[in-house]
Amino acid sequence: MKAGIVVFPGINRERDMAIALEAAAGHKPRMVWHHETDLAGLDLVVIPGGFSYGDYLRCGAMAAQSPVMGAIRAHAARGGHILGVCNGFQILTEAGLLPGALLRNASLRFLSMDCWLRVERADTDFARHYQPGAVFRSPMAHGDGNYFADDATLDRLEGEGLVAFRYVTQEGAVTPEANRNGSARNIAGLYSPNLRVLGLMPHPEDLVDPLMGGTDGKPLFDGLAAALAA
Amino acid sequence: MARDVNESLARVFGLSAEEYARVLDIMGRTPSLTELGVFSVMWSEHCSYKSSRVWLKLLPTTAPWVILGPGENAGVVDIGDGLAAIFKMESHNHPSFIEPYQGAATGVGGILRDVFTMGARPVANLNALRFGDPALPRTRRTIDGVVRGIGGYGNCVGVPTVGGEINFHPSYNGNPLVNAMTVGIAPADRIFLSAAAGVGNPVVYVGSKTGRDGIHGATMASAEFGQDSEEKRPTVQVGDPFVEKLLIEACLELMATDAIVAIQDMGAAGLTSSSVEMAGKGDVGIVLDLDAVPQRETGMSAYEMMLSESQERMLIVLRPDRQEVARAIFAKWELDFAVIGHLTDTGRIVVTHRGVVEADIPLAPLAEQAPLYHRPTVDTPQPAPLGEVADPVGLEAALLRLLGCPDLCSRAWVWDQYDSTVGGQTVRRPGAADAAIVRIEGSRRALALTTDCTPRYCQADPEAGGAQAVAEAWRNITATGATPLAITDNMNFGNPEKPEIMGQFAAAIRGMAAACVALDFPVVSGNVSLYNETEGRPILPTPAIGGLGVLADAAASVGLALPRDCCLIVIGATVGHLGQSLWLREVAGREDGPPPPVDLAAERRNGDFVRREILAGRVRACHDASDGGLLLAVVEMALAGDVGAGLLPAPGGVASHAFWFGEDQGRYVLAVQDALAMLQAAAAAGVPALLLGVSGGKDLTLPTGDTISLARLRAVHEQALPSLMGG
Repeated sequence: MKAGIVVFPGINRERDMAIALEAAAGHKPRMVWHHETDLAGLDLVVIPGGFSYGDYLRCGAMAAQSPVMGAIRAHAARGGHILGVCNGFQILTEAGLLPGALLRNASLRFLSMDCWLRVERADTDFARHYQPGAVFRSPMAHGDGNYFADDATLDRLEGEGLVAFRYVTQEGAVTPEANRNGSARNIAGLYSPNLRVLGLMPHPEDLVDPLMGGTDGKPLFDGLAAALAA
Repeated sequence: MARDVNESLARVFGLSAEEYARVLDIMGRTPSLTELGVFSVMWSEHCSYKSSRVWLKLLPTTAPWVILGPGENAGVVDIGDGLAAIFKMESHNHPSFIEPYQGAATGVGGILRDVFTMGARPVANLNALRFGDPALPRTRRTIDGVVRGIGGYGNCVGVPTVGGEINFHPSYNGNPLVNAMTVGIAPADRIFLSAAAGVGNPVVYVGSKTGRDGIHGATMASAEFGQDSEEKRPTVQVGDPFVEKLLIEACLELMATDAIVAIQDMGAAGLTSSSVEMAGKGDVGIVLDLDAVPQRETGMSAYEMMLSESQERMLIVLRPDRQEVARAIFAKWELDFAVIGHLTDTGRIVVTHRGVVEADIPLAPLAEQAPLYHRPTVDTPQPAPLGEVADPVGLEAALLRLLGCPDLCSRAWVWDQYDSTVGGQTVRRPGAADAAIVRIEGSRRALALTTDCTPRYCQADPEAGGAQAVAEAWRNITATGATPLAITDNMNFGNPEKPEIMGQFAAAIRGMAAACVALDFPVVSGNVSLYNETEGRPILPTPAIGGLGVLADAAASVGLALPRDCCLIVIGATVGHLGQSLWLREVAGREDGPPPPVDLAAERRNGDFVRREILAGRVRACHDASDGGLLLAVVEMALAGDVGAGLLPAPGGVASHAFWFGEDQGRYVLAVQDALAMLQAAAAAGVPALLLGVSGGKDLTLPTGDTISLARLRAVHEQALPSLMGG
């Protein structure tokens, strides 16, 4: 798997992501500076978490206009794989590669805690190492993770099976209490129609080592590495 | 700003008549406005430590593992494998009262710069916070702003906030304390210092542009508050964590080259203190051309530029042949880079602006003739013994009251607003262990980090309280299995011109020094914040301690989560000391008696025993018994592990409430599988040990036979702070 991590100014989880990707793929990912315009040769483009350009406008809005986004769009058009986590998910929605928007958390406070995610489908290159319906733990840390889309879009996403993960209780129940940021229909992650682009708010890359409290996030990266093995 | 410079203006700037006379003597003429500004900030309490220096010298600052003690931007200790930990704690108390969000945010930003300016990548932030009566709306507003500010800055720069402490007391109503600590990691042979060298070398300004914010912030931080404190809002700086993040990356990239001769952040007193200190330490002169300073406002005067505390700025002395290498790095990160001066051999700082020399001051007298005060001290009277205090409510009612009181209730509402996992190295997050555990990336090693102080002990007996603060930091690190290495101290006190306050300061230092020596736990950096008074009412003396320890193997650490089917054993003697305890305050409604004595020899013996047993793999969980005593320690372990416990009766000779809620020092509660072996090992080591009970189930069974479900305990513990803060 040839993976590249896009580094916008203000991104801050690129190191975490590099560790998770290296553990899965056996080699270091390429770090892609935001001015680069050629992503040829990459199987997977990752947009990690952080505060791109400070996120002083809407989260991800500035990054969506940056030079590297043209290359990311071309990568998507080629059917390449893209993983956007946290700020990366926000950037993907701002760039129009995924529908909807991430609003301020319903509590209007930054939320840093573990959440439980339910795997809504396991027949994708991202989720193939999870069981369908499996519940796994993931850290999350964001101020703007409240997924929003209009009802018609939400119905379409559900109908087409594009919801990747939902916030649930440890037992797998979809409840308001499990949905700390207030996301529509407890949506934590979304696929593009071709299932090659995944955006999600939580940080599975921060739970890939037993020392850090678990390896619940590891199957996502192992699955990608297996699917994209040369 | 055409103002006549005279003694009365000097007084406005915070200089005394004697200090102004000394300025006239050094200058041999009336200083310019800019010169007066430079003297006033360099000689402010905040920058000069003029009241505290004579006492700070008593603190031990050396050990074989100390690479650099106090005097640089932060302290440096050897943590093995060729690596150094660089750390410091610093206050932002006054700004945080005036403008809680920005005050706290820029406190985090400032301490981060102190650490990365020395070449370290920041890997952890902690804090020590004190707020007033939580029933007051003003207090809640302050808490909300401070927590948002710490989170807003730390979360954005991508440094995990992994630990801290919070106390409440009405003495902080008009004077909250915000002490922020940063820890960084650097190669031990790549530490960057601030002493300028090389006549002719360029002096380079990088980072944000200079504005009019924070002018005279250091002076403001060196005065008491009166009713006009709201009017001081313009002296508070505004932070930009995005630029700080870029500055971290750009500086670390530059530090990987050989371009830097010296580097210092522009913190308190901005361009003035950085240029004066760099040149002064290097025994050289410096010329600054203010026309070259990047400015974000028009028409700024020399005085304003020299005194501005605009954030996210650094001053660097570069090798002249590496100037373009450096310029390219800062261009890549889209940060300002400007050559604003050069070093000279004159021993003077010369500041020009629009072709006019605005300041020309000899550096040596500015430093050497800085005021130094041996202020009079009065000892705090020894508190009267407490005597017998009857138990008015019983164990269960007292437990529930303590578990939900502001000083003991769960801090999750606060931690949940701080990103504690960014970096992917957080082994034990806030609340999971007595000290946060952060692994060093790419290594098995880990740091153990904590902040500690018990101000009510310090108020009753500053010497015992000072020793206790150091001992508790040492104990919290030990309770994870880590070896304590060194501390940073943040001395928060009232007005040093009052002998009783200066007496508190001196006594706290004596207590701290004794504990540092006994525990091999030297001070490597620190900060003093005085004049923490509003309308004449001082805060409780608060010498906050930031402790750092190291684990050779992160996997060897233990947390406090109680596992099932274990025995609970307390290490250390329990006599049932209730003086100054939270039980006394919250249950009996009294704040008196002496604080618990700290027996430093026992502290050392008990801690060394506990650490050895943890590293031998014989301890499943460990928690020190401090605020709230043994019963609170057991309940905190039970809640963290979601496992209940059944407790045995107190041994004869100690009243039940004193046994369970007394705050005797030097104690640890251990969860072990083989109780007999642990008791025997303790006996062999000459360490007191006592079986308290066993773990299991989902209830807490008190020695009285009363049973409380964990769910009920959890509700009391976890709902207190959110309900106080309105969700």
